[in-house]
Amino acid sequence: MPPPRTAAAAIQDVTDAPPAPTSRPSGMLLPFDPILFLAVIGLCVGSLITLDGATADDIPGQPDFYLQRQAVFFAVGMVVALVMSRLDYSRLRELKYGIYGLLLTSILAVQLLGSVARGSRRSIELPFFSFQASELGKVLLIVALSAFIVDRSRRLQARDTTARMMLLTLVPAGMVIVQPDLGSGLVYIVIGLATLFVAGTGWRHFAALFALGAVAIALTLVVAPKLGVTVLHDYQKERLTAFLKPSENPADQGYQQNQSRIAIGSGEKAGRGDQATQTKLNFLPEHHTDFIFAVVGERWGFVGAAFVLSMYALLIWRGLRILTVAKNLFGAIVAGGIVAMLMFQVFVNVGMNIGIMPITGIPLPLFSYGGSSVLTTFLAVGLLQSIYAQGRAAASLKGRVLAL
Amino acid sequence: MSAFEPSGGRVPPITPQLALRVAVLGVLALALFGIVFFRLWYLQVLSGDQYLRQAQDNRVRELSVQAPRGAVLDRNGQPLVENRVATVVKLDPERLPAAERDAAARWGQQMTARSRRPKGEKGPPPPIPGPATPELQVRFKRLGRALNMSPRTIQERVVRSLVLVPYASVTIKTDVPATVRNYLLERSSQFRGVNVQKVYLRKYPNRRLAAQLAGTVGEISPDELKLERFRGVKQGTVVGKEGVERAYDRYLRGLDGAQRITVDALGRPKGQAQSRDPVPGRSLKTSLDLDLQRTGEAVLERTIAAGPGTAGAFVALDPRNGQVLAMGSAPSYDPAVLSRPITQRRLNQLFGEAAGSPRYNRATGGLYPTGSTFKPITALAALDKGIITPSTPISDPGCIKIGAAEQEFCNAGKVVNGTVALPRALQVSSDVFFYTLGRDLNPLDGQPLQRWAHRLGLGEQTGIDLPSEVPGLVPDRAWRAEVAEDERRCRKRRNIPLSAFSGCGISDMRPWTVGDNVNLSVGQGDLQATPLQMAVAYAAIANGGRVVRPHLGVAVEDANGRELQKIDPGTARRVHLDPAGRQAIMAGLHAATMGDGTSADVFRGWNQEAFPVFGKTGTAERPGHGDQSWYVCFVPNASKPIALAVTVEDGGFGAEAAAPVARVMLAQWFNQKKTFIAGKSRTN
Repeated sequence: MPPPRTAAAAIQDVTDAPPAPTSRPSGMLLPFDPILFLAVIGLCVGSLITLDGATADDIPGQPDFYLQRQAVFFAVGMVVALVMSRLDYSRLRELKYGIYGLLLTSILAVQLLGSVARGSRRSIELPFFSFQASELGKVLLIVALSAFIVDRSRRLQARDTTARMMLLTLVPAGMVIVQPDLGSGLVYIVIGLATLFVAGTGWRHFAALFALGAVAIALTLVVAPKLGVTVLHDYQKERLTAFLKPSENPADQGYQQNQSRIAIGSGEKAGRGDQATQTKLNFLPEHHTDFIFAVVGERWGFVGAAFVLSMYALLIWRGLRILTVAKNLFGAIVAGGIVAMLMFQVFVNVGMNIGIMPITGIPLPLFSYGGSSVLTTFLAVGLLQSIYAQGRAAASLKGRVLAL
Repeated sequence: MSAFEPSGGRVPPITPQLALRVAVLGVLALALFGIVFFRLWYLQVLSGDQYLRQAQDNRVRELSVQAPRGAVLDRNGQPLVENRVATVVKLDPERLPAAERDAAARWGQQMTARSRRPKGEKGPPPPIPGPATPELQVRFKRLGRALNMSPRTIQERVVRSLVLVPYASVTIKTDVPATVRNYLLERSSQFRGVNVQKVYLRKYPNRRLAAQLAGTVGEISPDELKLERFRGVKQGTVVGKEGVERAYDRYLRGLDGAQRITVDALGRPKGQAQSRDPVPGRSLKTSLDLDLQRTGEAVLERTIAAGPGTAGAFVALDPRNGQVLAMGSAPSYDPAVLSRPITQRRLNQLFGEAAGSPRYNRATGGLYPTGSTFKPITALAALDKGIITPSTPISDPGCIKIGAAEQEFCNAGKVVNGTVALPRALQVSSDVFFYTLGRDLNPLDGQPLQRWAHRLGLGEQTGIDLPSEVPGLVPDRAWRAEVAEDERRCRKRRNIPLSAFSGCGISDMRPWTVGDNVNLSVGQGDLQATPLQMAVAYAAIANGGRVVRPHLGVAVEDANGRELQKIDPGTARRVHLDPAGRQAIMAGLHAATMGDGTSADVFRGWNQEAFPVFGKTGTAERPGHGDQSWYVCFVPNASKPIALAVTVEDGGFGAEAAAPVARVMLAQWFNQKKTFIAGKSRTN
């Protein structure tokens, strides 16, 4: 393992090769991925238009409350992403202990100082918005785990590498599940698995992990309740199973999902526009956060829903592309973690909107209203851009690495 | 980071292993997006219209606006049933305190929980909670004083209604007097949430008249909702339950209007969506003549009141087309009693068996042996089979021995009539004459006596446009064997030996005998027929062989009396009657009302020249009852012919009770003097 580089050491010619031809400095002309940028802009605009229509009646006298705040979040997020993209992400490797520590303390702080909303303690009230540590934790975890696994990249096939990585993942995951925030906990676990996967952990280890996971789930769902230990709250279990029996209990858990399915279905091909009664008359709960995709489906129909999904497809495609152009393994793993995080969140959120996934309270990235989620996603997008810029720079400068 | 460290001055290409894993991620992403797209396609494109409908239903609540039912009119346009507007006092659930609604919801949950428990462990029903706030208690007390109800009852109705339909107004009292209505309206500030609305109730201007024909109305029941005839009818709609109200419900019902109100997820009104005005029901013009009906019911009731009759019925038909001119069943009742809420105890008291089952229409549902009024049918069968000609003489020594057992059958009072032919036999109602025919018809193929009874409509439904008509019974060989088989099976099931004297009470298991046929030939034994069937049979003799389908409905009219649709009763069935034979029977029936005929004294002073009566008395022995008094007759007339059947339960001889009623009714029909003469004839 080479010693960590300093900035001074980074700017140097590593070879005596002639300078690159001036005809192809493309990586330097545009220091970010324009397609990724467009996809993000598209989602932000879509989110604002949707919120404008869906939340006009939510707070009497303040029709633009959610719209304005979401716009501010986007603006701040853009700045965050811009700053992030101009930094060399590789420097974050050095800060891995600090980042992991920040992750744990922020979650603990929420546990100690946080305010209770709807039965769970998830956020700290700040003057402008309530800070949800578990959201920011997603990106922190990606960076920290990537750094840890890069450190052990020569011993990837060792069992203890995988075990330590999973331990590092499960500690924060367990802490947020206790909050209780099952959705974020699942995202953490997916991030841990994705890190191992991109780093190159053997298939056998994954098989073992899945077997262990199955046993753990069986224990928590079947054995623990019999011993009188509460692992999952009843409402969580109900939410997780409600999508399997939507019509059985239309007044409770099945209700939200049923209303969401009605909203999306009633949009048909081109949507109901201003006739979108499911949203307007409040049949659709949480229509600015968890169920915002149903609002899109009702107002703009299949066309609108397909547009939003294509934006995400673009985002994930660019994420995978950036994974391949990363200048080092750390970048590739970070990119892989971000792609997995986005993919999982999009699929689970949209899946619960269309009734094929349980209700887990996972927001739709860049679309659902909420500062923590928006800022976190922009942070992740900034990281992707940074990996892209660094990768292109490394390629075009033939090893002359640019860092600020 | 081994593979990725810049070495040799190049950015290394990604390793094959990483490429594979990126590809796996890409394929996974593709698969997930594919799943989501297919699901979206299914939801939005393939089943979008279904979800759109659900979304529409989500937001609209329908409040029903009652449509007035159509009137039922007689042939001259006189109303039998009308509507009247009544005032109903309702309570707006929105104006009740939230605590009251919560208490009602809790009670509803307790009731649901109780209904889910298995039978036997349900426990006592949870008590209905009292008014939730002291203020509400005061409100209910004040309202109770105004409506003359206890606050407890009001609270009970409120809670029950809130549980059943949470957003609908609570009906506190129906049909309050105008003074109370004005009192409530003038002091609306004291009666918060109370509103006064109008509803249509049925009005019976003639009170008890033709009560069983008109029938009753009521809210559609859950079972009726499933019936094909009520398809498209919404819950809560008032539909016909009995009589004409039920038979012609489709026309009378109208279409309730709807006030459509948009509501949000909490059920709060958000303004009106489009509404539909109620369509009033059509009026039904019937063939009844209310004057004849009134006379008939009055004289029948008087006869019963004078005794010994206990109940009775009459049917008057137009023999040309089967239109029912009058049809009554005594005892009768006032249907207005049923248009208001009534307790089960009061219902039993007014309509139970002890009160003579007044809701039961004996004209279409009363099954009785017919006595001698059956004789013309026996005559038709015998003439058809050539057993007699119209002039064949038969000796009537008063009694006759029949069968291997030499069973003796006699005339009533063992009267000796000498040698008689058919017309004379009918005039004096010679039983021996018809016993002989019954005996001689018995061995013939195809049981001609039974076949003729069926031909003239006995043992069959007449097809009248009233619900719950019964077919009755014409006993024959097959039926005897069938009940014997039923008895055998029943005894086997209950382990009663076949040889025991009494078993299930279905049959004594004996085979058909000639005695059965002899009994049938004079309308005795196991024969069961309704007055309506007898009227139809005599109408067929009167009109020369057309077995009409009796009917009440003539036309459907709009509210202004314009005819919208004629009601087609269906065609009559034709039976060939030999003209000479029919002539002989007619002569006998006419003679029976004159000279020394069985009903001659009843028709004393009747203008036989202008309105010749062709009639037959009947006296049937009914096990467990007194004698059933019958009179069936017809009067041919160019402009207003009539066929009439009258029967009186426990009324004694035909000439005693039934025939005098018939005479008064005929007098009413032909504008004659209504003389009531109880006959002295003691014949069957």
